[in-house]
Amino acid sequence: MTASTAPPSAPLLAIRGLSKAFLGVQALDGVDFTLRHGEIHALLGENGAGKSTLIKTLTGVYQRDGGTVALEGREIAPRGVEEAQRLHIGTVYQEVNLLPNLSVAENLFLGRQPMRWGLVDRGAMRRRARAVLQPYGLSIDVTAPLGRFSVATQQIIAIARAVDMSAKVLILDEPTASLDAQEVAVLFKVMRTLRSRGIGIVFVTHFLDQVYEVCDSITVLRNGRLVGERRTAELPRLDLVAMMLGRELEAAAHRIDLGPAEVDSRPPLASFKGFGKARSVEPFDLDIRPGEVVALAGLLGSGRTETVRLVFGMDRADKGEATVDGRTIRLKGPRDAVRLGFGFCPEDRKKEGIVGELSVRENIILALQARQGWLKPIPRRRQEEIADRFIRLLDIRTPDAERPIQLLSGGNQQKALLARWLATEPRLLILDEPTRGIDVGAHAEIIRLIERLCADGMALLVVSSELEEIVAYSRRVVVLRDRRHVAELRGGEVSVERIVAAIASETPNVIASESTAGAGSGAEVRQ
Amino acid sequence: MTLSAPGPARNLPQYGALIAVLLANWLLFPDFFAIRLQDGRLFGSLIDVLNRGAPVALLAIGMTMVIATRGVDLSVGAVMAISGAIAATMTGAGWSLPAVLAASLAAGLLCGLWNGLLVAVLRIQPIIATLILMVAGRGIAQLVTEGQIVTFTSPSLAFIGSGSFLTVPMPVVLTIVALAVTALLVRATALGLMIEAVGVNRLSSAGAGVNTPVVLVAVYVWCGLCAAVAGLIVTADIRGADANNAGLWLELDAILAVVVGGTSLLGGRFGLVLSVVGALIIQSMNTGILLSGFKPEFNLIVKAGVLLVVLLLQSPALTLFLPRPKAARPIGTVKPPVAPTSGGAKP
Repeated sequence: MTASTAPPSAPLLAIRGLSKAFLGVQALDGVDFTLRHGEIHALLGENGAGKSTLIKTLTGVYQRDGGTVALEGREIAPRGVEEAQRLHIGTVYQEVNLLPNLSVAENLFLGRQPMRWGLVDRGAMRRRARAVLQPYGLSIDVTAPLGRFSVATQQIIAIARAVDMSAKVLILDEPTASLDAQEVAVLFKVMRTLRSRGIGIVFVTHFLDQVYEVCDSITVLRNGRLVGERRTAELPRLDLVAMMLGRELEAAAHRIDLGPAEVDSRPPLASFKGFGKARSVEPFDLDIRPGEVVALAGLLGSGRTETVRLVFGMDRADKGEATVDGRTIRLKGPRDAVRLGFGFCPEDRKKEGIVGELSVRENIILALQARQGWLKPIPRRRQEEIADRFIRLLDIRTPDAERPIQLLSGGNQQKALLARWLATEPRLLILDEPTRGIDVGAHAEIIRLIERLCADGMALLVVSSELEEIVAYSRRVVVLRDRRHVAELRGGEVSVERIVAAIASETPNVIASESTAGAGSGAEVRQ
Repeated sequence: MTLSAPGPARNLPQYGALIAVLLANWLLFPDFFAIRLQDGRLFGSLIDVLNRGAPVALLAIGMTMVIATRGVDLSVGAVMAISGAIAATMTGAGWSLPAVLAASLAAGLLCGLWNGLLVAVLRIQPIIATLILMVAGRGIAQLVTEGQIVTFTSPSLAFIGSGSFLTVPMPVVLTIVALAVTALLVRATALGLMIEAVGVNRLSSAGAGVNTPVVLVAVYVWCGLCAAVAGLIVTADIRGADANNAGLWLELDAILAVVVGGTSLLGGRFGLVLSVVGALIIQSMNTGILLSGFKPEFNLIVKAGVLLVVLLLQSPALTLFLPRPKAARPIGTVKPPVAPTSGGAKP
């Protein structure tokens, strides 16, 4: 497949049949990847695709189980980041892995400081640091601590360090995740300069616009396997998204008929206008009505989680306003949201959801107790009643309510977290990836539960990567791309194909015209 | 108090160690358990252990809750010095006892508030945040006493240190009252649950709507109050305030008492009574070594040895070798998770 595009000489980096397993889980299964001289090559895929395993195998963090890696025709097997660096493979991560309290010059020459008389030659180090940074258009005080500069500048310094250490292959792992548009432009300029010098760049990102702006080729992985490699110019966005999501677009639409898209005229329970946060998600409008399920769909990193975190006050919005029952509210933190009758099951259950050492009972009553305040303790008997009721209702598998929640399986922990919020009888429940990492049985139960909850009049805001799930239970889907709410599908418009099309849309007008062509549609498109 | 403990077996190391140390004292000093009543007050080595152990026990009560939130308060020794300095100086200047007590306790409260705000609002690591007051506190105490060792003769303040109530020495009475009030405050309200929740997982607790800053400030304020009472007792006992030495290194004894009592420095579950037991273990050893006539130098080494044994008995690594109920395994079927693909294609 790659033979036609390869230059006559050996490619810069040729990976063939790369395999790697962890505890019986095949993270990479016979993956090929080819990087040519002077090429920016996007490595794309959703969660669990194997991108980071591939990178870590390249940089020597992991040892491969099978396959070959050849750099300019010579087989390599680095056993550590330093050895990879010696083999001319440099890596720059999203979180810059340099030392913020050392100076820029020290960071650039860490471990290879210019010496004189057995001492670090600081003068030479400063001079060389200025020379190294000069081609990047950075004329900064190289004696200032690195931490004083913006993430973008730090990233360019990290790139400069890697290139100065004679990198031929530069791996950029989500470098743009926390940069603003202007900083991204500067970074791209640097990347293009390096490309013209013959360096091969592997670019990992979640932003499709950036892929089309700067990349020559695209390799897509899914579930540890190679989906394909294409030239960017020859791959329409729709096909790319389909490759990433593993979806046959020809497949017939199969979904429950929800009837025509009716315009819901009831007043919204919660309404967000121009709500947003710099570097997190662009301002968006969102109305949520009682009893409805609103789903947020989009690729990883598209701003789904960021949106719900703003809605629950986990992160503070710096723009826009929110109203509940028509009254303007302030959302300074989760406590405000809980008082308004919101609940939130976060994506990272372990870190932000469960209180591991405490019992299932205590975890279930925690939000209710927090809302009542510490002076009004829920009597132990009542606590046990609540816990037992939800253990039965949600079929939480635990021998008793006193077991520490950390000893339960992931699915049962998730159900206990749902119970925590249901016990507060919320008006709006937010679920971020409610079915991730959960076994098949519990998966189906949680879906059934979502349907039952919304029938009972509670509003639900759900983030999910499982498009079929979204289509099955929601009448309204907000589609996000590159941290923007780009489309809203309603009623009869909600289908996997439409969602994929909206994710892939380059200009919002494309779907707008498509959806208005459909009879009686009410798609809103925003940019 | 440790409601979560699977039966009394979990508290065995603490009570066992206390009994063992007391028995060792009795072997070295046969009159150890002898108690006599004199001038309406109990006397004897055992009473002495309780009496001398009171300041550390008070500190341990406050420290337990700070440690349960995954914090630590290094400033309690310095807070003792401040509260003692204020009490001695004000008494010397002729203030009435209620005014003296109110001022000392208010000082402890303010110190706690300072620590709490640094930890909860400015999010400084507790060990650093409280180190500030640990260093500065003694300076403040010296400013109050103007660098002198201030003595007083007022019998009303001295009563707190050497008086007795229903034959029980006042320091013991005050410790019991503090323990009871604290236990009531955390277990009869939802505060205990919130303290434990914040200690185990601050992010999750905040996400569930727990007012984590208020919980944190509250435990540091309470810890400061306990330290102020301990400082009052020490000053009243010696009828004077020594800003340099009052409560010196007692913060470390208090932390040790809490850890010996089984509350983890990683936060979470806490046991107030067990922390007091921990303080008593430490004091029994101090008293025993004094009585035995060993050189005081041995005191520290023997103490370290006994504490090591108690901590080893609690260590999870060691309990692996002991028979235990089969409990600590995740339940529910652990099937491989559904691969988080974006499609719905399930295996």
